[in-house]
Amino acid sequence: MGMTMSQKILAAHTGQSELSAGELIEADIDLVLGNDITSPVAIREMERTKAGQVYDREKVVLVMDHFVPNKDIKSAENAKTCREFACRQCIKHFYDVGKMGIEHALIPEKGLCVPGDLVVGADSHTVTYGALGAFSTGVGSTDMAAAMATGKLWFKVPRAIKIELKGKPSKYVTGKDLILYIIGMIGVDGALYESMEFCGEGVKELSMDDRLAVCNMAIEAGGKNGIFPVDDITLEYVAEHLSEKNRAVLGEKASKEEIKAAVGKTIGRIYEADEDAEYEKELVIDLSELKPTVSFPHLPSNARTVEEAEKLGVKLDQVVIGSCTNGRISDMRQAAEILRGRKVAENLRCIIIPATQDIYLQAMREGLLEIFIEAGAIVSTPTCGPCLGGYMGILADGERCLSTTNRNFVGRMGAKTSEVYLAGPYVAAAGAVTGYITSPESLV
Amino acid sequence: MQAKGKVIKYGDNIDTDIIIPARYLNIMDRRELASHCMEDLDADFSKKVESGDVIVAGSNFGCGSSREHAPQVIKDSGISCVIAESFARIFFRNAINIGLPIVECPEAAKAIACGDEVEINFDTGEIKDITLNKSFRAQPFPEFLQNMINAGGLINYINKEI
Repeated sequence: MGMTMSQKILAAHTGQSELSAGELIEADIDLVLGNDITSPVAIREMERTKAGQVYDREKVVLVMDHFVPNKDIKSAENAKTCREFACRQCIKHFYDVGKMGIEHALIPEKGLCVPGDLVVGADSHTVTYGALGAFSTGVGSTDMAAAMATGKLWFKVPRAIKIELKGKPSKYVTGKDLILYIIGMIGVDGALYESMEFCGEGVKELSMDDRLAVCNMAIEAGGKNGIFPVDDITLEYVAEHLSEKNRAVLGEKASKEEIKAAVGKTIGRIYEADEDAEYEKELVIDLSELKPTVSFPHLPSNARTVEEAEKLGVKLDQVVIGSCTNGRISDMRQAAEILRGRKVAENLRCIIIPATQDIYLQAMREGLLEIFIEAGAIVSTPTCGPCLGGYMGILADGERCLSTTNRNFVGRMGAKTSEVYLAGPYVAAAGAVTGYITSPESLV
Repeated sequence: MQAKGKVIKYGDNIDTDIIIPARYLNIMDRRELASHCMEDLDADFSKKVESGDVIVAGSNFGCGSSREHAPQVIKDSGISCVIAESFARIFFRNAINIGLPIVECPEAAKAIACGDEVEINFDTGEIKDITLNKSFRAQPFPEFLQNMINAGGLINYINKEI
């Protein structure tokens, strides 16, 4: 029987030629990730293992992004625990203030994950790297500890949902709108324990930033992972974001075409689902029919089109543009396209957070930061801060925020009577201008 | 292994932000952390919960973040078992890894009411609602997971293997 793309990657990491859904396996891990919230617990647990040290100092990545720059003394202590551990264990990829960015934007950018990899991270949004054709999933701190110590972890081989994309999205429709639409359709447990495997001619219409946003929110449908096939867009991305290690393998002078040709050979592996792979469910989505989408409180599945939302006159107190879902350069460009020459509404706070130092710098060079500041928005150093109600934009009782982040649960961004509405950067920026949920079309 | 206690019942999609809001994730002291368990949904939870109590909930329990603090605060609050129609994937792993007993059983989760006295036998998968005088049967865990649970969690399990 045929295997899905996810099953093939898992099989390759167990040394077995065939796996079927439901099997319990132990697989070799290519990369283990943790942040400043989940790592301190993992460090404590890993030091309890007999191994007592990481299996490969180049395959563990620690990113200080959630409450860093330290929001308070307790957060500072946690970051210090990670810093000292990284030093003690000679962790090569430790990203602290000045080098850090939001982990799921940083890792693809640094080329630390390539097609065919098996990645686990103690952060639920680790699912993001499926955009690169990798199998990538979130785990807890104890799993992270076990993976750090042994380089292996147990998995139940997942079933899959096949999502075939066709057509071309219209202006203002992004990867975020696609994933909010899908979650609205299948629900917050619609892909529970399953892979969400994307395919079809519509895939080529989605940029790498779109695909990263789509896979990022697979967890919001309960998915174990989201994954895209590897195509020329993936190869271009890998060539432009080569890790130091792979750069050394291919040589400083390797051209872009040479790097692209090396993907699947010396860099990563390219997997395709078998034609006779079995799927739990098959969906077909015509991208040309999608509309900019907003998810209402308090579940990401409460999706409505922005036109419907606009009619309800939802007044906003805050807009956040950033996060591991939508803090990439194309998100910054989309926000700037709307905010250019316009002003943020009176009595509304607009907080924009480029996800990494490189994105921040690029946005600065392109003049985007100037557009944001002239519009009356603030621009923050990279941090997960407001998305999880950590800091840098906490909501008071009854306040409403339109946000490009990924969760709108009760109390997610602050007080328990506050409300979070999820959308892509175009819609978020349009809301910042009018002070209400507004279609970008209405501004033109 | 068995658990017995009074039921505290919740609905569907109890997310990890409800179980333990992120604003407390900088707290490393487990007792202090547990005092905030469920507070945005059920402000009295930490006062009313008694050692041995059982949480019964609907589908997708523990959805959202990967924070292991979620099953940890439930365990540290004295909850002896969580019965749900279904669990979110990462919460399921985390609960087993840290040794919080969980049971997936839609029939039991639907029928059992708040305040009922229940008894769970983890070896047979039997859930008995003493108040209703009704029994339910959950699928027992596969042997591999049962071994991990018996070892007292993932770290103890791998320490046996290394």
